[in-house]
Amino acid sequence: MRVAIIGCGAVGSLFAANLARLDDVEVWAYDAYGAHVDAINAHGLRLSGAGEVVGRLRATAVPGELPPCDFGIVATKAMHTSSAIAAAAHAFADGCVATVQNGLGNEEAIAEHVARVIRGTTFPAGRLLAPGHVQWDVKGDTTFGPFEPKPAPHAEVERLADACTRAGMPAKAVADARGPQWRKVIFNAATNPIGALTGLTHGRVCERPDLRALVSGLVDEGKAVAAAQGIGLDADPEELIDHAAKPEVAYDHKASMLQDVEARRTTEIDYLNGGIVRFGREHEVPTPLNQAIWALVKGVEQSWTK
Amino acid sequence: MNVVVAGAGTIGSLYAAHLAQVADVGVLTRRDEHARTLNEHGLRVSGRADFTARVHASTDPDELGGADLVIVACKGGDLELLAAQLAGRFAGATLMTVQNGLGAEEVVAPRGDWPLLSAVTFMSGTRRADDHVEYVLDTATWIGPFRDTSAADAEAVAALIRSSGLRAEAFPDLRPAQWSKLIFNATVNTVAALTGLPHDFHFAEGMLGELVHGLVDEGKAVAAAAGVELSEDPWEMNVHATRRGHAHYPSMLEDVSAHRPTEIELIAGSLVREAERRGVAVPLHTTLYRLVKAKEASYS
Repeated sequence: MRVAIIGCGAVGSLFAANLARLDDVEVWAYDAYGAHVDAINAHGLRLSGAGEVVGRLRATAVPGELPPCDFGIVATKAMHTSSAIAAAAHAFADGCVATVQNGLGNEEAIAEHVARVIRGTTFPAGRLLAPGHVQWDVKGDTTFGPFEPKPAPHAEVERLADACTRAGMPAKAVADARGPQWRKVIFNAATNPIGALTGLTHGRVCERPDLRALVSGLVDEGKAVAAAQGIGLDADPEELIDHAAKPEVAYDHKASMLQDVEARRTTEIDYLNGGIVRFGREHEVPTPLNQAIWALVKGVEQSWTK
Repeated sequence: MNVVVAGAGTIGSLYAAHLAQVADVGVLTRRDEHARTLNEHGLRVSGRADFTARVHASTDPDELGGADLVIVACKGGDLELLAAQLAGRFAGATLMTVQNGLGAEEVVAPRGDWPLLSAVTFMSGTRRADDHVEYVLDTATWIGPFRDTSAADAEAVAALIRSSGLRAEAFPDLRPAQWSKLIFNATVNTVAALTGLPHDFHFAEGMLGELVHGLVDEGKAVAAAAGVELSEDPWEMNVHATRRGHAHYPSMLEDVSAHRPTEIELIAGSLVREAERRGVAVPLHTTLYRLVKAKEASYS
């Protein structure tokens, strides 16, 4: 079985290095970051932290070099999905492509270029320490399911989940993977931009009652949009938000969007709050707070280009 | 004519320097060093005007002598303290508050029996140093009666300010103008403070323009519930301001950039509280008010 990771940043590297440990899986990685690609090819892809792994795989910055693959796992930031999969689509003419990205709209973008798409949501997290070396911060589960308009066969979804599980990245194949996806999107959309706009860590956002009420307002809109689509959430985002606010969990965590804003990198707001607003419009569910937050974070991004 | 300007930030400095051309001006400052600098070097204005004015400055109101007119021009957060300092002083003077938001008059009123005028100003500037202010926007100060004053009293002060080279206009009732500015400010300042954008074209188009429009509509609903007919449409004020040709940095954006306390309570806070009192839902203003307060908390 041959798997290509499309976008070998932190999360992509967790899948790439772990899958490369399996004898029956050949792993390729496509990433635009040349130094990372070179380091992987020279020394392997190293993970530290939650697990110590060195994965041997083939990395390339040239998508044309990718051979035909059984599976793709797209792990770019959401704004790069279209261009990355457009460049790599040839490798999946007979394969299935899964997304493990944040936000809404990635499956749709992938389906424009490949025939069999797998909806995915993943919770492990890490960060790039140096080219070829990724810190594995958090272990977590992954859920895969068919992307309904262009579904991969269930047997293939199971095959990918099984390989990930055997590689130490526990994954489940389910018939409807929208619940975990929306649970994560609602969580992220209700908390990430609040951190980004105020500069506060997750715990400090949650301990201000007026701000926590705003978070709930955002959650409620997201839940309404999910419900209008008949999506049953697999857990209540409110409970996850309160859990994460505990000192021993993620009180001091700076949301990735806050890190993006501090580094003046384009954020994933279009795929989080923007995605909730778009799906809300399609299903005639008003989302005024998500829209306001979306506009504010876009304004933050616009302020850098002046 | 003796004028005391209480509060020597940007707006106070602009009044003090200009009025010193036509009156004896005392400046009440918060810091001794600020008063010393003003007394030694005078107060320089650059930008739309270019001159240096002689003023008498002190941190002690008793050192400033009597006054016919006291202009209270400090920031909202300093108002309580300043009002306490004025209590029992400047008998015979008329007091004029020039603050953003609502409620400055109510803070000052119990501190003495002076006749009161209320004012809002649209002029703007940038503080370059304790003794140097740049005059940026030459828009008007609007003045109206508040307590024991008449439209004629408001006009007399407006005329004095005009004779000093600034723009001013008197109104029989200031509330329509004050509310127009409050809605404009509560909208533009909070959006600028949260996005980092100066007040430019982004505020009048696209997604951010939609948000600004929604905020203005909420403000209008509160004004309507309070029985105030606005003197100007805050949305049109916004669009007009974005077409001035240069980007203005609203004071709340400058405050958060410098990690200073903002005027959020006096501006957005007073609008949100007024809405609550009137039973008008303002979810967007409530959201931005909370976000700015949280942003302040992140650096204080």
